[in-house]
Amino acid sequence: MSSYDAHFRVWRGDAAGGSLGDFTVEVNEGEVVLDIIHRLQATQAPDLAVRWNCKAGKCGSCSAEINGRPRLMCMTRMSVFDRAETVTVTPMRAFPVVRDLVTDVSFNYAKAREVPSFVPPADLKPGEYRMRQEDVGRSQEFRKCIECFLCQDTCHVVRDHEENKEAFAGPRFLMRVAELDMHPLDAASEVGLDRKSTAQDDHGLGYCNITKCCTEVCPENIRITDNALIPLKERAADRKYDPLIWLGKTIRRRRSG
Amino acid sequence: MTQVERQGWDVVVVGAGGAGLRAAIEAREQGMRTAVICKSLFGKAHTVMAEGGIAASMGNVNEGDNWKVHFRDTMRGGKFLNHWRMAELHAREAPDRVWELETWGALFDRTPDGRISQRNFGGHEYPRLAHVGDRTGLELIRTLQQKIVSLQQEDEREFGTYDARLKVFQECTVTRILKEHSLKQDGRVAGAFCYERESGRFFVLEAPAVVLATGGIGKSFKVTSNSWEYTGDGHALALLAGAPLVNMEFVQFHPTGMVWPPSVKGILVTESVRGDGGVLRNSDGKRFMFDYVPDVFKEKYAQSEDEGDRWYEDPDNNRRPPELLPRDEVARAINSEVKAGRGSPHGGVFLDVSTRMPAEVIRRRLPSMHHQFKELADVDITAEAMEVGPTCHYVMGGVDVDPDTAAAAGVPGLFAAGEVAGGMHGSNRLGGNSLSDLLVFGRRAGLYAAEYAAALVSGERPAVDPREIEAAEAEALRPFSAEGADPLHTGGPAENPYTLHQELQQAMNDLVGIIRRQPEMEQALDKLADLRVRARRAGVEGHRQYNPGWHLSIDLRNMLLVSECVARAALERRESRGGHTRDDHPEMDRRWRRVNLLCRLATNDGRPGLPEDPALAHIRLERRETPAIRADLLELFERDELAKYLTDEELSS
Repeated sequence: MSSYDAHFRVWRGDAAGGSLGDFTVEVNEGEVVLDIIHRLQATQAPDLAVRWNCKAGKCGSCSAEINGRPRLMCMTRMSVFDRAETVTVTPMRAFPVVRDLVTDVSFNYAKAREVPSFVPPADLKPGEYRMRQEDVGRSQEFRKCIECFLCQDTCHVVRDHEENKEAFAGPRFLMRVAELDMHPLDAASEVGLDRKSTAQDDHGLGYCNITKCCTEVCPENIRITDNALIPLKERAADRKYDPLIWLGKTIRRRRSG
Repeated sequence: MTQVERQGWDVVVVGAGGAGLRAAIEAREQGMRTAVICKSLFGKAHTVMAEGGIAASMGNVNEGDNWKVHFRDTMRGGKFLNHWRMAELHAREAPDRVWELETWGALFDRTPDGRISQRNFGGHEYPRLAHVGDRTGLELIRTLQQKIVSLQQEDEREFGTYDARLKVFQECTVTRILKEHSLKQDGRVAGAFCYERESGRFFVLEAPAVVLATGGIGKSFKVTSNSWEYTGDGHALALLAGAPLVNMEFVQFHPTGMVWPPSVKGILVTESVRGDGGVLRNSDGKRFMFDYVPDVFKEKYAQSEDEGDRWYEDPDNNRRPPELLPRDEVARAINSEVKAGRGSPHGGVFLDVSTRMPAEVIRRRLPSMHHQFKELADVDITAEAMEVGPTCHYVMGGVDVDPDTAAAAGVPGLFAAGEVAGGMHGSNRLGGNSLSDLLVFGRRAGLYAAEYAAALVSGERPAVDPREIEAAEAEALRPFSAEGADPLHTGGPAENPYTLHQELQQAMNDLVGIIRRQPEMEQALDKLADLRVRARRAGVEGHRQYNPGWHLSIDLRNMLLVSECVARAALERRESRGGHTRDDHPEMDRRWRRVNLLCRLATNDGRPGLPEDPALAHIRLERRETPAIRADLLELFERDELAKYLTDEELSS
């Protein structure tokens, strides 16, 4: 494959507003969209703001929307586009723009703080933890998450509904609740924390109507909806509506009352 | 000058990778109000790219392992130039640091009996690396990040605010360590001068103790596995504050980086590929590593493919395959094969797991590699060989620190841990010893920084010299008025910082790379002087809000300083050892083992600061004798082996 000139449209601006800028830029064999953005910086737009780090799909920094689809710029090969096609790069839509392709993702860090942390078992000292591989495997899938926040960006609950952000943690942090809930040694229940019901009561699990948009954009191919959100919904539903659990709770309450 | 905002903290940690976060956790748990400042978003540091694992002699897979064996392997890997005390502390404390991560929620891969699984790696005698598939660094950073969040949740319950005692300033950069007397060399640390990348706003964090945990210098080289953050910031900050760097000539070229397509050249291919059974072949299909086992390792590696293959199943009765030699040996071997015309189509060699393991095992054990090659190179590693070649990966050199406390030599209040600190790995680091280094010395740096800060009652805390703040602000703003700002040095048009960076990377790659020669290194030093002069004219467009061109102009100062350290020290050391290979001095020389080269800022008047004339040398070298290894640690080795490294004089005493 030889080099060619591609037509790019890149959103430029800040919180006050902005517009798409047109660029013609060289593309070489094997390159990804982030390479092209870097070439624009080096040759045509030295102050073009873009967030990136590893350029290998491992850190989740270079999230943006490419032709309207949430993607990592470092993992989007130029070869997936037709040479004549215009490639449009815009910042993630669900978050406020800082400048150009950089958005303010502090929403996600705020939500991360609202999920109660891992509770170590009181009776085990460091080095005494024993877990079977098949038991850690489920949570390990969720810990593959690189926090690119593409799932948060694409989720329709918040994508065009700023007002839902307060009550809704988003797929990434609901998945974090699921991860801790499935952790073989998490001792949350021993300290009176029921992770299943917090998903529903504190983190807005009920807003999710399992359209699987989050799973589709996940660059790590984590099955967020099937393996984290649906099981969490089932468990939350069990806790709330299971007649036996209801009865148990009621009896306990009566005894203590 | 405008008034710059100031905030007071007890301990400031620069960098939020493994070492920085571990240091911050420790300082906060010691009761110190701790600020972490990092160039990227919280949780994105370069540590996430570590793949293979954390070396710790827990003995979960082979009971023969213990800290003494780990210590021996580390010293051998570093060709005995390691600071023995750091290697000792590291080997002794690594298991506790790993187990502690489990209590914070980490989920490592398991052995059949439920303990932490451990895998083989180059230079390690036993399976020693705790791992999570091939994304161990991500697990490490996320666990530390989540531990920090849990401490912040405690503070929120107690004080009503998450940031009361532990705050992360993300996407901020430190450009200067501030001291109490700008005119004195021996002044104590008083804080750090910073800018917020998003707004370009300047601010000062005042603190008596600063921990540098900024990682490495790889962005000074063209082919590198390192991310943009690796511009040698901490190395340069330490130099500018008056601290020396040690072992800067030793740069590790990881043997296996991707070589094709060009845009991904240098991206890491984990050593786990070889640890799990992958083999290296040249264009003749030959497993060439058997031809490259050096004398010092002859007895420890298999002599035939059969023996090497048997070792995976029966390590007690067979020796390991030479693909698992330390990284410096493998990188040089690949380099030689390519030079001899036996390389792969794109200038590397072949790394093959497809004929060694079933596809399903490859996908389970090496998921990131499978994904990376499929997505970026259209290569299915379960069906065909990868093409790989050396890539700049790690700098062994760094801030000269006290081995126990991580305190930087000569600058009270300055500490350093992780890649930015020198000594631990000697002339070459073993795979897996980096993540353990981050945890062991990150904790120590946080602990002793907290002790140092706590010992100063409030009235005794050093106050920032306001002239230091003014000078730092002027320096950071220079790129906006580069042209004409300095009448002495405006000899040409404004320079594009991206162009200067590319020229620097090319020069370091070509002239101070994996194989070094005297005339080329001299040429590199001339080129660096030229680049320093031109960097004075590096100018930027636009304003201070999230302006990458401006950020790069500031980072160039650091890259030019550390590159000069590498080139000067490499020119001076006339032998080949670990991550320093001289074509003109190909042998390891036992007399050179006794020498540490220290780099210091070259100032004519004894004051800290850069020389006025950018064309003049900025770095001067000093020789120091390496400390004698403690007797009981020497007894861990056979005398015959020691004789390969130590001089007769050392052996007889």
